[in-house]
Amino acid sequence: MHRRGVGAGAIAKRKLAEAKYKERGTVLAEDQLAQMSKQLDMFKTNLEEFASKHKQEIRKNPEFRVQFQDMCATIGVDPLASGKGFWSEMLGVGDFYYELGVQIIEVCLALKHRNGGLITLEELHQQVLKGRGKFAQDVSQDDLLRAIKKLKVLGNGFGIIPVGGTYLIQSVPAELNMDHTVVLQLAEKKGFVTVSEIKSSLKWETERAKQVLEHLLKEGMAWLDEQAPEEPQYWLPALFTELYSQEITPEEAKEAIP
Amino acid sequence: MDRFSWTTGLLELGETLVVQQRGVRLSDGEEKVKFDSGVLLLSTHRLIWRDQKNHECCIAIPLSQIVFIEEQAAGIGKSAKIVVHLHPASSNKEPGPFQSSKYSYIKLSFKEHGQIEFYRRLSEEITQRRWENMPTGQAMQVNKDTQARRIRAVGIVGIERKLEEKRKETDKNISEAFEDLSKLMEKAKEMVELSKSIANKIKEKQGDITEDETIRFKSYLLSMGIANPVTRETYGSGTQYHMQLAKQLAGILQTPLEERGGIMSLTEVYCLVNRARGLELLSPEDLVNACKMLESLKLPIRLRIFDSGVMVIELQSHNEEEMVASALETVSEKGSLTADEFAKLVGMSVLLAKERLLLAEKMGHLCRDDSVEGLRFYPNLFLTQS
Repeated sequence: MHRRGVGAGAIAKRKLAEAKYKERGTVLAEDQLAQMSKQLDMFKTNLEEFASKHKQEIRKNPEFRVQFQDMCATIGVDPLASGKGFWSEMLGVGDFYYELGVQIIEVCLALKHRNGGLITLEELHQQVLKGRGKFAQDVSQDDLLRAIKKLKVLGNGFGIIPVGGTYLIQSVPAELNMDHTVVLQLAEKKGFVTVSEIKSSLKWETERAKQVLEHLLKEGMAWLDEQAPEEPQYWLPALFTELYSQEITPEEAKEAIP
Repeated sequence: MDRFSWTTGLLELGETLVVQQRGVRLSDGEEKVKFDSGVLLLSTHRLIWRDQKNHECCIAIPLSQIVFIEEQAAGIGKSAKIVVHLHPASSNKEPGPFQSSKYSYIKLSFKEHGQIEFYRRLSEEITQRRWENMPTGQAMQVNKDTQARRIRAVGIVGIERKLEEKRKETDKNISEAFEDLSKLMEKAKEMVELSKSIANKIKEKQGDITEDETIRFKSYLLSMGIANPVTRETYGSGTQYHMQLAKQLAGILQTPLEERGGIMSLTEVYCLVNRARGLELLSPEDLVNACKMLESLKLPIRLRIFDSGVMVIELQSHNEEEMVASALETVSEKGSLTADEFAKLVGMSVLLAKERLLLAEKMGHLCRDDSVEGLRFYPNLFLTQS
């Protein structure tokens, strides 16, 4: 009875087979790499042709950009991953979004003392458009969201919080968990929220509501109005720009915090 | 007299002066008015009267308002006159000295003579109606409205047509663009499939792919923007490109770091570098991937990630732990400080100031007082005053 695969001879044979297999494996990968390299060159040419005809469309047309991004996502491609990518180099998509990223960072930094690092997508949009001037390309809210998603990787705490029908953009590394988020969503309707409202809407205990509100106060994202008629109101400066459009200095902002 | 309008007295384009006469008085029908002594000018389009003493006072009437004219001979103590019968004032007449008048004629008194010549010329102009052939702003009073409206309509239709054509052109461009985009995406999809297949092969033959091939493969993925699932764990997402970038950054950031106390947040770096580049900007991922390679390349700057997740670039020579010692001094001097206050004192960004204070707390040098009034740090007396 032969027992297969045992004994020095069998081991040596197996090693030889493995070595041959290895070789083949390497060759296979090389083949495919060579193939990929060729296809890449062809693709680059196609992209160049596309760019020469439609580069403007990407720059000028926000809807086209959305389509483009969606298509890329569907096939598993991230055109914004690197400035060195073909998409960036040839279509100029990269520069558009990376520059937008810089503008978003600057706006958020400038307004942080007022809103604690929380800002509505609308206000961010307005401020960015203002900064870009009359002759800059049109920028949509979708563009802003995509740029912000890319900024997250810089570790500065960029986050997107859905509230009401829109979004709050967080630009500071403050920890905002589910509790905080849901209170923000509650506050979005009127720009402020009270402990009673939280208790009745969310069915929380007083302590839990207070903890969340105090955290928001500490982070400078909420301001306390103790002179409100029935009970103290916690206002979100991020949400009341329509009511209070004047500039508030850091000193004034500090005074507003108890 | 209510047919007159205030005017500058300047002749319009296409309007020519025919004759003028000094010493003319105007009357509203039979009544005297304050327009006592002036120069009367006849042009191809209008009758203009300017006060001799006050040149600013100037009124005019379009010749088209004139129905007919009569001569009135001079009498004893009375100058010769021309009576001008007028059509009613048009509704869109420019404002003048009189809102209303009970007369439909005016009298021109020629105190210094000249009425014969003037009458002759005025008759001529009224007969020839030269103002109709040479339209100017003033002379088109009666026909102006309808004519202007007609001209405007043609203009707007023309503009609308152009906009419509432009819209059609844009639509055509977009559908063509979408078509081309779809075709392009098909090709891109093929690339993604191929790369997946290669990645799988690599996974199966762990370690059988040479470093050189890995580098090549990663750069292909980078070009296409394809995420790098397999090799990330072993070799990281960095490529040759990122290595070069890391070296560049070390050069670019040296001075800015020194100016900012040896430490900058990654967002600051991102803005600084991209604002300087202007074109061919770095993606946030490019920056992070390059910074991750700083340490292994033994460059004079390094990436540091705080517990909070905040990422910074430091000079190698920068020692955050030493900075903590000086931070402790500062806080002790003031008794206690918040991140805002500390930032202002030292001249740092609030973000980094907070990180330094948190680090000091972590090292046991500071204690926190966490209240609704904010996060305040005190020297850790538990440690020092044992």
